[in-house]
Amino acid sequence: MTLDLTPTQTVGPYFSLGMMPEGANILTQSGTEGEHIRIEGYVFDSDGDPLFNVLLEIWQANAHGRYNHPLDQRPLPLDPDFVGFGRTSTDANGHYWFQTIKPGPVPYPGDKMQAPHIIVLVHASGVSHPLITRMYFADDPRTESDPVLQGVPPNRRSTLLAKREERDGETVYRFDIVLRGEAEDLVLEGKIVAEATEDAVRGTGKAETVFLALR
Amino acid sequence: MSEKRYAYEAWEEVTRNEPHLSSLDEPLTLSELTSPFAAIDPVRPEESDLTTNAGTGAEAIGQRVVITGRVLDENGEPIPGVIIEIWQANAAGRYNHEFDSWQGPLDPNFVGRGRCMSDDQGVYRFLTIRPGAYPWKDETNEWRPAHIHLSIMGPSIASRLVTQLYFPGDPLFPLDTIFQSIPEKDRERVVCRYDHDLTEPGWAMGFRFDIVLRGAQATPFETDRVYEGVHA
Repeated sequence: MTLDLTPTQTVGPYFSLGMMPEGANILTQSGTEGEHIRIEGYVFDSDGDPLFNVLLEIWQANAHGRYNHPLDQRPLPLDPDFVGFGRTSTDANGHYWFQTIKPGPVPYPGDKMQAPHIIVLVHASGVSHPLITRMYFADDPRTESDPVLQGVPPNRRSTLLAKREERDGETVYRFDIVLRGEAEDLVLEGKIVAEATEDAVRGTGKAETVFLALR
Repeated sequence: MSEKRYAYEAWEEVTRNEPHLSSLDEPLTLSELTSPFAAIDPVRPEESDLTTNAGTGAEAIGQRVVITGRVLDENGEPIPGVIIEIWQANAAGRYNHEFDSWQGPLDPNFVGRGRCMSDDQGVYRFLTIRPGAYPWKDETNEWRPAHIHLSIMGPSIASRLVTQLYFPGDPLFPLDTIFQSIPEKDRERVVCRYDHDLTEPGWAMGFRFDIVLRGAQATPFETDRVYEGVHA
């Protein structure tokens, strides 16, 4: 006998009351091993409008490619200064950022390896379930041959690539996320619109991010 | 910092031909089969009592309710060590949140958030107050049925669940677009059940709500190995 899954419902506009994303976007401590990086970007809807108050969660392996989880029993070091989980929400301009490290490669079923990547969960008011995607490092030579990325239609792979830039001595990866409001995925819920500041960026012309269907 | 104005706008339905979700025919990998559930900071017992966790020394106003149940996988096996986060409106239907502009009264002794962790048998338990219904679209006179938001960090990213729990017999069910977004046959699974055996005499009404996460069927977990030593 199998049980039916509990149905999902939208996260709504008040998630920060329960999920407390404040301050959880810094995954590193001074002693965390690996290349310290900043990930930042915007969340847009398909009309190019920046989306405010979207919850983002990231999950990643440590610098050695080891996940802080009992299922990962490989003989690689765990980093006492790194869990690999972060949370934040987009500001009035649709902007978000995380401070983390670049993860190591992790295995793929069979004897292949996956390129370094970060799992990104997007919870948007009005979308009835978490959207799961991956962020890859565009400048990493292993990315091109990643087995999961190769399953994405070639013309859409770029939506999963973060571009590297150096800024004020810091390594920054830019990763924008574009959500499309599809009737089947959205319930008619209000979206909170903030008074965007003069820095507001519009995402017109960007392709919709590829999400993984884990259903 | 300038004060921001917030307003609701209705989502516009967008109908395009391309699917919103690109289904990748890929096996789940270690990235999706793991999650931070075993590494999240431990939960303190007082976090699961929303009637007093505002820390003011006084109790929240409202009907005390115990919400309890088991976290299970699809095979009915209990899942221990799962973190459940909840948030909700107060008894008047007002959220203690800057974006809630409705003028229902705030309760200084109610924050409206809590956390707990499922025990060895997968059992979780909250003490809270029954939330009030909540008006959110005045032009069409729409009200949300009383509900509690739940966020569950299961053993894998694939089992991540965010949902809402409702109370039985609510007359607003047929009128609520969010509740109605669940296929009819599945709606009963987001409604908790009154359980008289859980009701504590002279203290709190008891409601049962089991949570079923995507689990062993979809994942190659060997339960003993996975949970051994978790949250030790």
